[in-house]
Amino acid sequence: MPKRTDIKKILVIGSGPIVIGQAAEFDYSGTQAALSLKEEGYYVILVNSNPATIMTDAEIADKVYIEPLSIDFIERILRKERPDAILPTLGGQTGLNMAKDLSEAGILNDLNIELLGTKLSAIEEAEDREEFKALMERLNEPIPESTIATTLDEALEFADTHSYPVIVRPAYTLGGTGGGIAETHAELTEIAANGLELSPVTQVLIERSIAGYKEIEFEVMRDAHDNALVVASMENFDPVGIHTGDSIVTAPVQTLSDREVQMMRDAALKIIRALKIEGGVNIQMALDPDSYKYYIIEVNPRVSRSSALASKATGYPIAKMAAKIAVGLNLDEIINPVTGTTKAEFEPALDYVVFKIPRWPFDKFASADRSLGTQMKATGEVMAIGRNMEEALLKAVRSLEIDAIGLDDITFDELSDEDLLQSLMPARDDRLFMIADLLRRGVTIEAIHDKTLIDEFFLDKVLHIIEIERDLAHNIGDLDQLAYAKKNGFADATIANIWHKTTAEVRQLRTQASILPVYKMVDTVAAEFESQTPYYYATYERENESIKTPKKSVIVLGSGPIRIGQGVEFDYATVHAVKAIQRAGYEAIIMNSNPETVSTDFSISDKLYFEPLTLEDVLNVIDLENPIGVVVQFGGQTAINLAQPLTENGVNILGTAVEDLNRAEDREAFDQVIKQLKLPQPIGKTATTVPGALAAAQEIGYPVLIRPSYVLGGRAMEIVTSDEELNDYMQRAVKVSNDHPVLIDSYLVGQEAEVDVLSDGETVVIPGIMEHIERAGVHSGDSMSVYPPQYLSQKVQDEMTQAAINLSQAMNTIGLMNVQFVIHENTAYVIEVNPRASRTVPFISKVTHIPLAQLATRVMLGEKLADMGFETGLVPADDMVHVKAPIFSFTKLPDVDSLLGPEMKSTGEVMGSDTTLPKALYKAFVASNIKVPQYGNVLFTVADDDKEEALILAKRFNNLGFALFATSGTGAYLEVNDMPVEILDKISESSNNSVEALKSQKLQVVINTTQADDRAESDGRLIRNAAIENAVPLFTALDTVNAFLDVLESRSFTVNEMK
Amino acid sequence: MKKRYIVLENGSVYEGESFGSDVDVMAELVFNTGMSGYQESITDLSYRGEMIVFTYPLIGNYGINRDDFESLRPAASAIIVHEIARRPSNWRQMMSLEEWAERTNMPGITGVDTRALTRELRDNGVMKAALVNEVTDDIFSEIKKFVPSKRMVADATTKTQYQNPTDGVSIALIDFGLKNSILRSLAKRGVNVMVFPADVDAETILAANPDGILLSNGPGNPQDVAYAIPTIQTLQEQLPLMGICLGHQLFAIANGAETYKLKFGHRGFNHAVRNLSKERLDFTSQNHGYAVNRDSLSKTELVVTHEEINDHTVEGVRLKNHHAFSVQFHPDAAPGPHDAEYLFDDFLNMIKNAKKETTQNA
Repeated sequence: MPKRTDIKKILVIGSGPIVIGQAAEFDYSGTQAALSLKEEGYYVILVNSNPATIMTDAEIADKVYIEPLSIDFIERILRKERPDAILPTLGGQTGLNMAKDLSEAGILNDLNIELLGTKLSAIEEAEDREEFKALMERLNEPIPESTIATTLDEALEFADTHSYPVIVRPAYTLGGTGGGIAETHAELTEIAANGLELSPVTQVLIERSIAGYKEIEFEVMRDAHDNALVVASMENFDPVGIHTGDSIVTAPVQTLSDREVQMMRDAALKIIRALKIEGGVNIQMALDPDSYKYYIIEVNPRVSRSSALASKATGYPIAKMAAKIAVGLNLDEIINPVTGTTKAEFEPALDYVVFKIPRWPFDKFASADRSLGTQMKATGEVMAIGRNMEEALLKAVRSLEIDAIGLDDITFDELSDEDLLQSLMPARDDRLFMIADLLRRGVTIEAIHDKTLIDEFFLDKVLHIIEIERDLAHNIGDLDQLAYAKKNGFADATIANIWHKTTAEVRQLRTQASILPVYKMVDTVAAEFESQTPYYYATYERENESIKTPKKSVIVLGSGPIRIGQGVEFDYATVHAVKAIQRAGYEAIIMNSNPETVSTDFSISDKLYFEPLTLEDVLNVIDLENPIGVVVQFGGQTAINLAQPLTENGVNILGTAVEDLNRAEDREAFDQVIKQLKLPQPIGKTATTVPGALAAAQEIGYPVLIRPSYVLGGRAMEIVTSDEELNDYMQRAVKVSNDHPVLIDSYLVGQEAEVDVLSDGETVVIPGIMEHIERAGVHSGDSMSVYPPQYLSQKVQDEMTQAAINLSQAMNTIGLMNVQFVIHENTAYVIEVNPRASRTVPFISKVTHIPLAQLATRVMLGEKLADMGFETGLVPADDMVHVKAPIFSFTKLPDVDSLLGPEMKSTGEVMGSDTTLPKALYKAFVASNIKVPQYGNVLFTVADDDKEEALILAKRFNNLGFALFATSGTGAYLEVNDMPVEILDKISESSNNSVEALKSQKLQVVINTTQADDRAESDGRLIRNAAIENAVPLFTALDTVNAFLDVLESRSFTVNEMK
Repeated sequence: MKKRYIVLENGSVYEGESFGSDVDVMAELVFNTGMSGYQESITDLSYRGEMIVFTYPLIGNYGINRDDFESLRPAASAIIVHEIARRPSNWRQMMSLEEWAERTNMPGITGVDTRALTRELRDNGVMKAALVNEVTDDIFSEIKKFVPSKRMVADATTKTQYQNPTDGVSIALIDFGLKNSILRSLAKRGVNVMVFPADVDAETILAANPDGILLSNGPGNPQDVAYAIPTIQTLQEQLPLMGICLGHQLFAIANGAETYKLKFGHRGFNHAVRNLSKERLDFTSQNHGYAVNRDSLSKTELVVTHEEINDHTVEGVRLKNHHAFSVQFHPDAAPGPHDAEYLFDDFLNMIKNAKKETTQNA
């Protein structure tokens, strides 16, 4: 059917903030969908609460709303815009749920708005456990047998009559707490009893365990004409048992014969046709490694993380095609955008191997449980492409940026063979390295397979890498061995390490011997047809397909996998840089390793190199492309860290020069700048030994802020208040040395504020000042941030502006810089300078309508800000207020303490904008999924130092009609101060405790702060966990409570007695 | 491993390492884009006289098993891969592809930039080539002089007729280089299959009193199988008939159409084919270097029923006023999608209907 002409205006719902399990892939799919609909001539309206996205850029849709994804706000938009239809299947689970809610509330009927794409009934059928079961039975497709048990007997009866092992999944517990696999009646008795106890609804799901089966995924598409196809098949390296988002995945399937592939393809097509999907679905299946037996595990009736991966792995743009199908086009009416000649009714053929490895946040969350299971824990992922699996695997490893270039960089020398073998199960994030280490020690593939059930085919690939390590060690300097290692993905650095040479020496040896990479095209068709896609990967073979064009080019380095502290914001900046480069008349080339992002959509840049962002990989591309320069300011710490080595290799870095970049990162040099400029700065010292650190801290005076140098997102940053704590920190958190000093700063109490600065070396533009709600001590990425500032005095704002201008000039900034301040006693102290685009760039760009990344790029390419109409100074704000709020993924990481501190913990952000601060805050809270109650019960459990302040907040709650609850210490203080309060017992004392109160929905707000020396206190931790588990708003910073109260007060009328 | 070379008639030389037999081979070079199914392809008799370049770089991952043979021996003259699996893994595997190549004396070469080679074939068309141990001075002239055998079907077909007896519908299957999957598809439907050599005459077949005729796939140029044309012409007038691949081309020629050689053929299974009568699209398993010329159909009683959606190659025809049709692709799949398997059911229904008509007419 040709595209529909009866609809004109379409609303696309985004996925909201980045959380674990729902990340940048939906910015990619939403952006693709919006562009795809515009391409067909529709008027596109977009709504998303996440400002750090490309999809919310004015150029992506005809109209963009950055508003909370709640039914109230979307209804307002619908009433205002009156779209003909909504496309809900491209905004993750959030978008889908929103559509369901709107439909159930009758709003869509009311306004006569149609839902495009897959019908809601089909979505229900795929998502509802019972309906899905019924459908699979009807289709004669097997699913693992299961039952829902509310008593231990029910659980045991199911397992006894079926078979062991079974998986126990308690309903509604945090991160699946209390679940497990039971091998026997006795084990089930224990696990199920515990699970029932932990489940707030006393319910567990008992499911036949198929752990150890091969996990296979199909990405399938169907149009309204019932044409259906498989875009990609993927095989998980890790067998069933680990969430696919936490699994290492290869594409296409590797160990399945065609018979098995076709059997599963038939099932996948049968399911998508039965569900009458119009768009894409992801189907997860489990295949018995020893027979044709298989189970359908899950069907996701929408585009997903896997579909983003499949799109990048095959080149087939699933979201774009899904959007076109939703408006009525059939697959054979759509041109395959990769070839430009063939039809989208086509199953991609790969002539390379794809390897995906998740990126986990355990480097930031040292205390988190690193074991992997049914709850996804990764924040992001990397993908690598090679002509063999070893190459794809090793490229993926070095794309992760986890201080491992090769498999030999993480070893487990302290563990015996047996202990290491035991550590393989349950799987952890570093299992791949464990396997490598075991094989290196001579433990057999069979032994590892027996333990993990990972297919021997995959294990042999790892073994092959280990053999090459060994052969390299035995043939130092041998060029054939070098060439062989390169063909199998070895980095120069790994070879250098084995050969006791420098990486540069290996590179030289390799270049002299003409062992150079070639670049091959990802074309969806295995070279059968000529393609125009400028999408390439490196390999060591005969023919190079990437031809340098005569046009001058600029390379933009992306930011790699999404991790805590380096999120989608940097991808936003990268994409903007590309646009600016193209507009300036250059060819824009992107290098990146993250399959989830917009920047790795091949249609964004003139050329995309899907490659690791290491010096070697980047230099290789530069050697081929010979660009006029490289942009490193937008790729977060990943790219900025490459500036120095690239310069040393003669590469031209565009924008701020390397020595100036270094001055911002080098403590001593930076202090010089500050002193020269006579800027106020907290006293700070550097120490390279433990006694040195103690002496420095004593001299500065406690409390001090301590952290290792060269960090991102505040890793291992803490506030310490005594010698004891400092000693503890030095042992636990850092390995201090001359090369790795620690920085110790006086910790000044006060609000934080920050600015992004745009400079061309002459004009310095400050687009706006962002004031943080939480005072210093909470990482800036975890703070709520307001623009324009609401409480900062003019004096402070002037100081900040002037300091930023002076710093920018002193550091010769060309492009962007971010300066953070703490406001202490009405003076702005400089606490940090980042000589690059910061995570606030999308936010400040959107609220000020100053496209910072694009302007910065133009400046780097030589344009002058004055010529664009800018002058030095702070750009005046308009009268809207905008709040950026952090979003956390604590429900996915139960072992991570939700207490905020100097270490960044948030995974995403939302924005609330309105005419007043309380309104903007309200939206920010709603967008953060924080329930804003009108009345109810509030629990206070705060540290001694905070009691005085808490009292003021308690009074305000009381005035609003909230009932006060408290733990004993806090309660006593409130009582003494004449507040009516109900005191709850310690958890160990009785069931009249905070956790039980939370479980029974008795509390609507929890306020919890702790002493610095009281982190491990058990009750506080349990209360915080219970609050998160029961979705009760939890505040661990009193400043946030203050803002929350502002909102509550603004939304309620006061009742005052007559005096 | 021992070095081996692929020498193309246009002068290109690719180096790799030998596996399987190390005899020198000369044949046509073709590429296959399937990401699985190497065992089926290698043993597909339609690949006789051809060396297969697999575009998927890892070949042999799941070894060789007992059940996926399309014929019992390698049919392809040689295989060219980027990387042959050293440790295959699959519950059904009996041995590695490498071991099987050795046992069956199939020449193979690994370590080749198969993508570069495929691009060369795509741009220049299918070429003659040699797989050799040494690049000699006169190799190019030898390749140029090389003429592919015109007896490929004769070599591939069964020497004697045989039967897979059931009590079901009887189908006479003319073997031009039959794939086992056709037998499997028929067996699955309870068909009593009688297989005849390619040069069988119509009388022999009619004497066996079948209910329908199936023309199998096979290797080479259909023009080399002219001897089968009169047989087909006679049979199509008397019995329902279905043709597959080479069988399709022969059926078309028998009805006055012409065939031509495609630049680089269709070999793989991601080609979508439109069934023009049912308005449905199927992903089809394909292996053909020749095709029916669409323009030549105007002077025949043939109607196009299927076409490839991108290059619009004729993928199926039917004969007006007859119970006879043929398809260029493999409804029997193996390797590849099962989307078009319904054509066997269509054929069996056609036979049923034809019988009814005969009874009614009688």
